[in-house]
Amino acid sequence: MLVLEQILNGLQLGVMLFLMSAGLTLVFGIMRVINLAHGSFYMIGAYVAATVAMKSGSFMLGLLAALPAAALVGMAVELLILRRLYHRDHLDQVLATFGLIFFFNELIRMIWGRQPLFMDVPPWLAGSVQLLPGIHYPVYRLAIILVGILVALFLYLLFSRTRLGMRIRAGATNREMVGALGVNIRLLYTLIFGLGTLLAGLAGVMAGPILAVEAGMGESILILTFVVIVIGGIGSVRGALVGAILVGLVDTLARSFLPDLFRLVLESSSAADRMGAALASMSVYIFMALILSFKPAGLFPVNQ
Amino acid sequence: MKQAGLRCCEHAALTVNKQIMMKKTIVCILAIVLNAVLTHAGEPVKIGMITTLSTKAGYLGEEIRDGFKLAVTQENGRLGGIPVQLLIGDDGRCPEKGRQLAERFIKKEKAKILTGIVFSNVAMAVVPKVVRQGIFFISPNAGPSQLAGKGCHKNYFNVSWQTDNLSEVIGQYAMEQGYKNVYIIAPNYLAGKDNVAGFKRFYKGKITGEVYTTLGQADYAAEIAALRSAAPDAVYFFLPGGMGINFLKQYARAGLTKKIPLLGPAATDERLLQAVGEAAVGVINSSQWCADFQTPANAAFVDAFEKTYGRIPTLFASQGYDTARLIGSALAAVGGDVSRMDEFRAALEKADFTSVRGAFRFGPNHFPIQDFYVRQVVKKQSGGYANKLLKKVFNDHQDAYVGQCVHR
Repeated sequence: MLVLEQILNGLQLGVMLFLMSAGLTLVFGIMRVINLAHGSFYMIGAYVAATVAMKSGSFMLGLLAALPAAALVGMAVELLILRRLYHRDHLDQVLATFGLIFFFNELIRMIWGRQPLFMDVPPWLAGSVQLLPGIHYPVYRLAIILVGILVALFLYLLFSRTRLGMRIRAGATNREMVGALGVNIRLLYTLIFGLGTLLAGLAGVMAGPILAVEAGMGESILILTFVVIVIGGIGSVRGALVGAILVGLVDTLARSFLPDLFRLVLESSSAADRMGAALASMSVYIFMALILSFKPAGLFPVNQ
Repeated sequence: MKQAGLRCCEHAALTVNKQIMMKKTIVCILAIVLNAVLTHAGEPVKIGMITTLSTKAGYLGEEIRDGFKLAVTQENGRLGGIPVQLLIGDDGRCPEKGRQLAERFIKKEKAKILTGIVFSNVAMAVVPKVVRQGIFFISPNAGPSQLAGKGCHKNYFNVSWQTDNLSEVIGQYAMEQGYKNVYIIAPNYLAGKDNVAGFKRFYKGKITGEVYTTLGQADYAAEIAALRSAAPDAVYFFLPGGMGINFLKQYARAGLTKKIPLLGPAATDERLLQAVGEAAVGVINSSQWCADFQTPANAAFVDAFEKTYGRIPTLFASQGYDTARLIGSALAAVGGDVSRMDEFRAALEKADFTSVRGAFRFGPNHFPIQDFYVRQVVKKQSGGYANKLLKKVFNDHQDAYVGQCVHR
């Protein structure tokens, strides 16, 4: 019973990671830009949603306000800053986007103050349901899983069935050629970046009711997001989905069962707890190292 | 300053446009008057405040700073009748930066009194070094065991508590409530383990689970599911700042808030409550202070704090305020001359001020001997959430390390 519940928890964490990593991997794979500030858009999504939800009393209004906000700020950043960095090397991009993290954290503090914001689950998603006898699961976490599935479906259709998706794929393969064929590649890049930050914003909104909405909240999820896209294969949205679910499951299951395993082996239970905790926090990185030793380009490498 | 004032007056006299001349004259008169006041009052005593204002934990430093500043503002820029100048620096929770700030305050600004550090790791990097140089450090928050025991120093004073204290209160409370099985959850770092040790010093019942999470962890679904299946009588949690917000929200989502009581050391301060809301109702937390203490000193403090900053103070703000008042009492005793070190130290030891928490005195290691309470989060009738005093747990409680302290 507990195992099933923990698997659900792992799935739910995986879905959150997918929302974050889909945008990041798109931007990296297609635009070849390392965007360390991706977590900032997650934070912006959460802050705008929390503020609007608090003022209006409606979670949906918060969601509707946060998505365009995250996308617009993202597109502004692309226009003003990243556009100048496409031809520079990765170090310059890392420096600039790392600077953006500080900029956005401080901006948030200036606008909203140091007080973490309050954001509640909408009443129709509060409470928990009985999935199987003995398993009660919060409805809101199920909703997160559902949103993740919908987003995965949407991205799949966008890339495989629409003209825009075709252009994006083409742009990733050969930027110059697509430009020569008369596609406005600059606009395309701005749109992709906006889509990526919109997804980050969505992740932020979904996280708002269960996590602390505070300046710097993006950094705690950013590292795992990078692990996900490295495991999945940089640039592959399918890789991001599989990688995110795997990382979510490994992290959750290790945290819940490793201490128990150690307790079976070791005499002292407090030593077991400490060993288990230490190893559990490493588990994701050990998993990443394992994957990379067999598949150095990740699970779904993108041909470049 | 004076010269600048005079120069600006000459300039004003030369200006042709009458309106501008008027304005400039007023400004320069003000400059001269201000200058005269400052010169007349003599050099203010400089107090260097190294605190954490950035990072997620920045609100803690903000509370301490605002509490301290309130005491200074109430006396019109003085403490104990002595003019003071408060220098504030943000350590970003980073020991190295704390050390640099201390260096700057001591070498460049010639400050003789330092205060403000929030976190133990920053305190350990700064305090031992500066107190040896004959600088006074009055801590408004961080109270690591090393500074209470073997590493204590005659120039170090702590106005808050030794780190373990607040968890000892919870341990004692859990015993009094007759809880047989307690589940422990804390982050895997030094202060987490210190707090758990403090809890276990007084709680002698069974521990059904002891989980150490990653520092800064966001998602607690796995821990909460394991906790539910362990079915303890109560949960002891030490998850400061954002971690606590995450945990409390998710604990409530899992429907456990009403089923298994949560106990935590100073876990739900008033700032955190605004971010957690309904999910925190019922949480038991320990403190040496509570906003609803009815002493005149505390009522006046809470009232003034609310008027100035538009929010209810936290225990951290009360510690900042008390720190300023303690420094004021000692400054008054030496007439503002901190170079009379022995007299200044003796005056600090006397703690001749009215603490907003009630009775307050120092033990031989310069940590407080004080009463501790547990509070419970309630929904206020006027809306919003607050900590309500539940009961007193310890009378005249002292830390466990005082025996190891020999002053140098």
